[in-house]
Amino acid sequence: MTPQRRKRLYLVLGIVVGVGIATALALSSFRENVTFYFIPTEVAAGAVHGDQSFRLGGMVTTGSVHRVPGSLQVSFLVTDFKHDVPVTYTGVLPDLFREGQGVTVHGRLDGKGVLVADEVLAKHDEKYMPPKIAGTAPVSRGGS
Amino acid sequence: MLPELGHFALVLALVLAGLQAFFGIVGPALARDRWVAATTSAVAGQFVMVATAVGILVYAFVNFDFSVLYVAENSNSALPLMYRVAALWGAHEGSLLLWIFLLAVWTLAVAIAARNLPERFAARVLGVLGVLSFGFLLFTLATSDPFRRLLPAAVDGRDLNPLLQDPGLAVHPPVLYTGYVGLAVAFSFACAAMLEGRMDPDWARWTRPWTTAAWAFLTCGITLGSWWSYYTLGWGGYWEWDPVENASFMPWLVATALIHSLAVTEKRGLFKSWTLLLAILAFSLSLLGTFLVRSGVLVSVHSFAADPSRGRFILAFLGLVIGGALALYAWRAPLLKSNVGFDLLSRESFLLFNNILLVVAAATVLGGTLAPLIADTFGQPSLSVGPPYFRPTFLLAMIPLLLLLSVGVHANWKRGRLEAAARPLLITFVVAAVLGAAVVFGAYGGRHALAIIGIGIGSWIILSSLLDPLDRLRRRLSLSRAVLGMTLAHIGIAVAVIALTGVESYTNESDIALAAGMSAQVGGYDFKLIGTEPIEGANYSAIRATVIVSRNGQAITTLYPESRTFWVQQQTRKVAGIYNRYGTDLFIALGDNLGAGRWSFRAQIRPLITLLWLGPLFMALGGALALSDRRYRMARATARAGVTGGARGEAY
Repeated sequence: MTPQRRKRLYLVLGIVVGVGIATALALSSFRENVTFYFIPTEVAAGAVHGDQSFRLGGMVTTGSVHRVPGSLQVSFLVTDFKHDVPVTYTGVLPDLFREGQGVTVHGRLDGKGVLVADEVLAKHDEKYMPPKIAGTAPVSRGGS
Repeated sequence: MLPELGHFALVLALVLAGLQAFFGIVGPALARDRWVAATTSAVAGQFVMVATAVGILVYAFVNFDFSVLYVAENSNSALPLMYRVAALWGAHEGSLLLWIFLLAVWTLAVAIAARNLPERFAARVLGVLGVLSFGFLLFTLATSDPFRRLLPAAVDGRDLNPLLQDPGLAVHPPVLYTGYVGLAVAFSFACAAMLEGRMDPDWARWTRPWTTAAWAFLTCGITLGSWWSYYTLGWGGYWEWDPVENASFMPWLVATALIHSLAVTEKRGLFKSWTLLLAILAFSLSLLGTFLVRSGVLVSVHSFAADPSRGRFILAFLGLVIGGALALYAWRAPLLKSNVGFDLLSRESFLLFNNILLVVAAATVLGGTLAPLIADTFGQPSLSVGPPYFRPTFLLAMIPLLLLLSVGVHANWKRGRLEAAARPLLITFVVAAVLGAAVVFGAYGGRHALAIIGIGIGSWIILSSLLDPLDRLRRRLSLSRAVLGMTLAHIGIAVAVIALTGVESYTNESDIALAAGMSAQVGGYDFKLIGTEPIEGANYSAIRATVIVSRNGQAITTLYPESRTFWVQQQTRKVAGIYNRYGTDLFIALGDNLGAGRWSFRAQIRPLITLLWLGPLFMALGGALALSDRRYRMARATARAGVTGGARGEAY
């Protein structure tokens, strides 16, 4: 093997190994960090395992938003018109959070089936319906 | 009457773009010099027609012509003039027209500059650009005509999306699109070279300034978008790995790889087919971005209303352009072999690794962006891929890239000798490590290992990049603009890395509930609410809070965060109160009325965030400096004289 070829071999080997490691790490990071997206019917059917965190998509039930006056804690129902999931959230809600409109919530279920949210997203479009319920998806963020 | 003329102008532009494509591609192939010469006339005609259409639509917006559907949907009689003009790109149809207009501007610029290029090659470049214009014009006329009438005319318009009524957003799309569309020029140069079946030795020198210019615009556009979302969305985020953000970031990563690989092709005649492939990829990713944004297939902050027929059209166009270019590549690239060797530690090797790492980074972003789509297609449960995936995988490619950058700028072309640079590199490395540790432990308290790495790497790049230019200055040698531009751009990326490290590691944020007279502490600063009051704007009503920020009892500033409710759409938008103190932002956004006299607020202390906007600005300025280097002007002069030169210019 000429020195030129050997050098090239090292280079190619280095690249293959590097790209291989990167792919492996990306895939494992992917497996650990992907979040599932459910609608209330799927949650009711037991799609959520234990304290797995997930995203819930649906509409905010009209008249369901309650707040202890003066406190950051708010509770509301997310519905897909078949099932409801109660949600609690502490923090600033996004600009476009409104009753009767689409919302995506990220968090974990507590023991009583209440979704304790750490992030609430709402769409910048009054015609928005979450995917699976209709077709499109979310925009404005409020998270903590 | 005028809107019909606008529509007619677009039809004429379509015909002219078709002619431009035909003359530009078929003319040189059949060696018909008259056809070749006609290409430029088609370009000029197409530009005039597109500019006319844009002018008519702007006129309709400025003069409240609510008989045009697009105007009625995106404007209102109370909308200020600046936003009536910016409303042009406020929704799908107009953004597309803007895209076409910018493509026409780039094409015209190429046609003017190409008078100095070999005639047939220039015609091919313009021909390929013509194909792209034709595709987008056809798309507009078939699915998204901005001149559609609304009869009877609306009494008043539905108003521009309130989120877009902001100076930052008025400029973000044109700048970003200029970058996106500019990549079409590099793409066309690549296709023209492949159509010729040979790469002129000066090819890379002709292509470089265009690519650098597009890249600089893309850099500015992405940063403007990030800055805008930071101060208007009310949540204080600047980058969320949202699909549409990714859609602009992937072409940027590949374009960055491309400007580096072009350097190798220009200086050493190497990486030719790789450079061509990158040019194809960069533009393909910008088309893919368009598809993702326009078709509504992905869930995003930016998606416009979904329309499946549009999605199908773009997908077909995407397949045609990418497929065509890749087929051309498979056919012609083997003709462009180069047989020059280089050592393992030569500059070529470092740039090769730069390219691989950037492409790997782009690939991981692409994977994460498309994963939800793929999962849906195969009937898997719906996924959502967010920062927890993107952050670590992206860092994985970036850390080695940034480390290699510090060393690579000292490597020589061809020869793998780094001995001369070893000592200064080691010294700067130690200094940077000490600096990183000192900043982290001294200024912020040492909680984060990654912070030492980030600040250390950033400082090392700055010190290492400055070694050569300072040495040349000391020896009173001249410094070319290309070298200065490169140095500035590298310092820019280092500044951005330091900023990201500071912001990511040391941001303090908290959602707080305040009544008038109450205060809350966030990150060592006290935020005291004085009160809230209703105010009136040009086309909105707002609640404005007055908040005094102090530290250790010393008042620093008074902030006025607002929550604006726009009359027409009854949509609310926040305007955060931000005060910059030594590069640290004190940020407060007003939330909701919580009852019992209290309001919710989001308060944040973001250290070093100013540098996050400065870094990319340095990069773009570096690009501008590099492309003004005299050797590109010389290249034109020599090309005109019919001389094909070898490696002229500096060691860079």
